[in-house]
Amino acid sequence: MKENYPLVIIGAGPAGLAAATVAADHGVEVALLDEQPAPGGQIFRGIEAAPDERADKLGPEYLRGEKLVSAFRNSSARYYPDTKVWSLSEQRDIGVIHQQQAHMISAEQVLIANGAFERPVPFPGWTLPGVMNAGAGQILFKGSGIVPADGVVLAGSGPLLLLLAWQYLRAGVRVKAVLDTISRGNYIKALPKLPSALLVHHHITQGLRYQQTLRLAGVELHNGIRDLQAHGAESLESISYRHKGSNHTLETDSLMIHFGIIPNIHLSQAAGCDHFWHKRQQCWRPELDEWGSSSVKGILIAGDGGGIGGARTAEHAGRIAAFRVLYNLGVMNQQEMHLEAKQDRKWMKADLRIRPFLEKLFRIPESMLRVPHDDTIVCRCEEVTAREIRAAIADGHSDSNQVKFYTRCGMGPCQGRQCSQAVAHIVADQTSIPLQQSTQFRIRPPLKPLTLGQLASLYPDETE
Amino acid sequence: MKTDVIIIGGGLMGSSTALQLAMRGMHCTIVEKESPGRHASGVNAGGLRQLNRNPAEIPLTVEAAKMWRNIESLVDSDCDARFPGQLRVAENSDDLDLLEQRAALLHSLGYRHEEMIGRKELYQLAPALAPHCVGALICREDGYARPFHALTAFRHKARSLGVEYRVNTIVDGIEREAGNWRITTRKGEFQAPVLVNCAGGWAGQIAASLGEPVPLKPAAPMLMVTERLPHFIEPVIGSASRKLSFKQMQNGTLLVGGAHLASLDFHKEKSEIKWPKLAVSARSIMALFPQLKDVRIVRVWAGIEAFMPDNLPVICKSSTAEDAYHAFGFSAHGFQLSPLIGRILAELIVDGTSNFPIEPFNITRF
Repeated sequence: MKENYPLVIIGAGPAGLAAATVAADHGVEVALLDEQPAPGGQIFRGIEAAPDERADKLGPEYLRGEKLVSAFRNSSARYYPDTKVWSLSEQRDIGVIHQQQAHMISAEQVLIANGAFERPVPFPGWTLPGVMNAGAGQILFKGSGIVPADGVVLAGSGPLLLLLAWQYLRAGVRVKAVLDTISRGNYIKALPKLPSALLVHHHITQGLRYQQTLRLAGVELHNGIRDLQAHGAESLESISYRHKGSNHTLETDSLMIHFGIIPNIHLSQAAGCDHFWHKRQQCWRPELDEWGSSSVKGILIAGDGGGIGGARTAEHAGRIAAFRVLYNLGVMNQQEMHLEAKQDRKWMKADLRIRPFLEKLFRIPESMLRVPHDDTIVCRCEEVTAREIRAAIADGHSDSNQVKFYTRCGMGPCQGRQCSQAVAHIVADQTSIPLQQSTQFRIRPPLKPLTLGQLASLYPDETE
Repeated sequence: MKTDVIIIGGGLMGSSTALQLAMRGMHCTIVEKESPGRHASGVNAGGLRQLNRNPAEIPLTVEAAKMWRNIESLVDSDCDARFPGQLRVAENSDDLDLLEQRAALLHSLGYRHEEMIGRKELYQLAPALAPHCVGALICREDGYARPFHALTAFRHKARSLGVEYRVNTIVDGIEREAGNWRITTRKGEFQAPVLVNCAGGWAGQIAASLGEPVPLKPAAPMLMVTERLPHFIEPVIGSASRKLSFKQMQNGTLLVGGAHLASLDFHKEKSEIKWPKLAVSARSIMALFPQLKDVRIVRVWAGIEAFMPDNLPVICKSSTAEDAYHAFGFSAHGFQLSPLIGRILAELIVDGTSNFPIEPFNITRF
């Protein structure tokens, strides 16, 4: 690994792969760093290795990534798999662990393309073994063919829920129920957005197809469920929920939950980029211009990490950002940059037409995000409950960082990734200060585990 | 709004002063630019250390140690204080000489709280230490507490005695008018006959506006904390020749400091970690505890503290303005002194003089 690159890209999903290919094809020395052992990101995970049979079960969209990956493999971009970024500074110093060895590298331009993660929504029992994020369930399935042995319940909201249910069904797994928090109200609010969404109808027809297949197979599909709870002594034994005014219980040892995805903003926060609360997507997003440039010079963001847009949009945004990087590095002039980006902009705009519809439809009830049950654990690392957080706020600790100081909520190894949203919702609810004006957890490196030994190996010439 | 005393800064020094004044029947208003403990008071390493203090601070640190032993009687909380001792380890004969000189100095001043221990006792106290160490200087009464919890306890107690906190309130102007201080902020005006400057990193600005500028330098010492580990060491470990402070906290995490500074943009209140210096800290740990090689670092941070050129605080009555007082510039070792600082200021304000030798901390020394 060299000490300096003109361009470092973090993340080998659609955005990172597309950007790396464009930049490399224009003669720029690119280093693409990625945590996974193979390119593809979450959406196209393990695509080079997927046997045809499983690829078929996963549906045609999955294969779209093959083209992206092979173009990248054929480019001159340097690829560093199994590589974690533990620090990113405003000056674009990048702390990296590659093959267990810590490095500090720097770049003239940094493109963050590290995507999204599943929105953590604390509810009673969500930390019980047997409760798993649907995304993690899908990774086990895609990567190793592992599926729940004794059937599964899927609950939450968002396109992945139906997709995974459909994938499980096709793999012969007993899907006991799909419990969706989408209410009638969501459908009504989403309807006005439907006409423009229909212009990219492949998303919607796909969703309908999954639903139809599941219904035909006799799977229970319920909408508008509330008060989801997981029960069990040592691990998950049953779940309960409210539906149409009555309480229901289902026995299951496996619950896959999914509440949509939110941008992975730890790196951009650490680098000091400005962020804002996006009301429609119910998450923080970095402030970006039309090229993906952040508020910090030389740091760009493309793909879901800059705001949820999906895989196709990420691919276009990756290329658009790459053209900007080429301009910033003096490889292209302004006119060329605009010209090159034109086609991707057009496609991206078209692909994004579905978003207002999806955002309205899959909107998570605010009541759930506020963690209504006091006994619910909000911070898994430090085992802090909603009650303790509310008590701290009532005690005068009136913003997220004070709550963190006082309760240790967010101080564990996950660096607050799992609880920052919930804490912000609880604080906003208790203090009546809108989320848009609330403070976010201050991010403290290292963003990924770095050992004392690894840190000790850095800067060997430095002395006291 | 009228009150008896306005205190600028709601950290430990300001809260401790307000508490002591309230105990003497005075009404205090604290004007805090952010939230109490946002900077030095909330993010320091929590050391309760008498060990290796500048001789000028020794009378104060000894009295403060007594107060910490009894902190619950003052603030109704033990502040999670522990007293397993603090050590400065010697790794060779040069280190040993250095520590022996220090012990001799302390004894010549008539104090006994620091003493030399030999190799055998060192390894009884800290069996996890690498085997090459030859001895240590120890203060058996020393320990640590949890800073943000301590501050919260002080704040609660002060409030229960009538102290008012005005948070997110930035001081825009300070004027003296007919025997009264008039403090203007965007959230209204405050008036009181007495003004106290406990503004930490920002205290230099307050002092300058009173016509007595000081060479205060705000800086951000770095700290790092690791994942939780089974308890393996009790005392706080320092070193004779390394910049290191190392302890295992109540919850099993290791807290590592060493006064290495982050780079700081004071105006933006933003610090950036200097990894080369932290790498040196990590190497110091590897030298003393090589078995911790694979322990994961969970968090690194740097809070803003006020440093004076001689690393001694300013604790005094103003030399230029009437009824104005200072307590700032603790240079990253004020936490342990904080309960006493409130007492000293209350003595200065109420009695006109303090029972403690604070001449070395006068603002006129610069």
